[in-house]
Amino acid sequence: MLIGKKSDIPSSEITPKETYMNRRAFMAGAAAGLGAMAARRALGMADTGPGGLQKLTTVKSPLSTPGLTPTAFDAITHYNNFYEFGVDKGDPAKNAWRLKTRPWTVEVEGLVKQKKTFDIDALLKMRPLEDRVYRFRCVEAWSMVIPWVGYSLSELINQCDPLPSAKFIQFVSLDDSKEELLPWNAGISWPYVEGLRMDEAMHPLTLLTFGLYGDVLPNQDGAPVRVVVPWKYGFKSAKSIVKIKFVKGQPETTWNEMASNEYGFYSNVNPNRDHPRWSQKRERVIGAPIFRQLQPTLMFNGYEDQVAKLYTGMNLMKDY
Amino acid sequence: MAKRKARGETIHGEGRDSLLMSKKWIVGLKVLAHAACLGPVAWLLWRLYLSVTTDPTALGPDPTHTVTFFTGRGTLRLLVITLAVTPVRRLIPKLSWLVRFRRLLGLYAFFYACLHLLTYVWLYAGWSWAAMVDDISQRRFITAGLAAWLMLLPLALTSTSWSIRKLGGKNWNRLHWLTYGAAITGAIHYWWGVKTGVKTPLTITVVLGILLLARPVLKYRAQSAGLRAQRAEGKVAS
Repeated sequence: MLIGKKSDIPSSEITPKETYMNRRAFMAGAAAGLGAMAARRALGMADTGPGGLQKLTTVKSPLSTPGLTPTAFDAITHYNNFYEFGVDKGDPAKNAWRLKTRPWTVEVEGLVKQKKTFDIDALLKMRPLEDRVYRFRCVEAWSMVIPWVGYSLSELINQCDPLPSAKFIQFVSLDDSKEELLPWNAGISWPYVEGLRMDEAMHPLTLLTFGLYGDVLPNQDGAPVRVVVPWKYGFKSAKSIVKIKFVKGQPETTWNEMASNEYGFYSNVNPNRDHPRWSQKRERVIGAPIFRQLQPTLMFNGYEDQVAKLYTGMNLMKDY
Repeated sequence: MAKRKARGETIHGEGRDSLLMSKKWIVGLKVLAHAACLGPVAWLLWRLYLSVTTDPTALGPDPTHTVTFFTGRGTLRLLVITLAVTPVRRLIPKLSWLVRFRRLLGLYAFFYACLHLLTYVWLYAGWSWAAMVDDISQRRFITAGLAAWLMLLPLALTSTSWSIRKLGGKNWNRLHWLTYGAAITGAIHYWWGVKTGVKTPLTITVVLGILLLARPVLKYRAQSAGLRAQRAEGKVAS
């Protein structure tokens, strides 16, 4: 079968009332300044250099990867996979203004002593925000270097009092997307869900992320809060998180449900384990000149020393 | 002039009336067709020039991917347009002269396919035989892409009037059915190349599907239209 999935009517071609309403709400909110600036940049109305967004106060971090030159801000914000806002790389930059990042809360539930709800502004103040430059490797064989801002996810987990029975953690991305605004040509189900094993989630490199290049996250990069797991393929780093669930067994994750033979639950960056349809040995460096774009992919995306111990005794070709 | 007339009778055989269009118009339209097919390539080369000289972002954040999609999509679009010529002519006999553009469009499709293949060989495989063999044997989407290109190759090689005479109209027609094979394989190559769940190749697939269905439908219509049409049918190129 060529087209195995249900063929939806391209509802994206109609402009529903919701869009107008959102647009109006967006205009009203423009006076607030910040959201408008993010939107203006997303719409390409203002210059796209860093600094147009709200600045965050950050501190240095020993967990930042040294010796890397960050990818240009413009590429980081205009080459995105964020299917809620379209499947083309340029779509999220055009459409993510629809995302309302305030008010925003993150619910914590599942195997915890007590359910909790964190407000985004409380999360921002919970720990000092660190500058962490990480490699970012997409499963589609391209890579960037991104100067994220955030603190280790473990800091939040420690506040959640998970029960000893909690072995995995699931992230649920924004679930208030209007069904009719979701792109017709993205065959995945919503909301987007991702997950980690508890020890992976507790690893200091796993970053609860609020910003990049010293500013708050642009909408298209997963505002207002996301996780970044630098040794895994990019899709593991869930964006715009609204819920965190502590669970006993391996949780459902979007791409794994979609095609488990292509996207494993672990999805650690591994040059030896090819995607069934393309090689993972090399990667295209985003922003690099065309004839020097390819570079070899590193085991665990270059974080082998820090994370390999999490997987001792596992067959990484089988548990990909 | 005589040559063109002869060719018109051999392949197209629909009588000269329908093919009659002032030479001036044909020349003008051909210039436009060349410009339409070469324009995008010129644009791509210009951006490529800029990207290696002054502006590394001239081809976007992922230049290799940009060039790959640009040439690949171009190939499929041109193939579909080429395949549309015959159904359009059947539907609107007044547009029969379109057949004079079919070879040109088909050859441009092949040209784009060659650029697409070159992109792969140069930018992805880095001219490494080992990498290519590895890809072709292990990755079905690359195998499909190569198969589609291999199907286009004999079509491009037999695109001359000499080949048509040599092969005979009927055999030539049969051979050129491969255009459909190439387009279908190309579409499969596209589906296999994108992430599972992404339905971007749907548009081109639907158009191709319509064209595939249009052929038997229009053929049936032509057949029931009468003996004259039927005879013409036998000679009409695919």
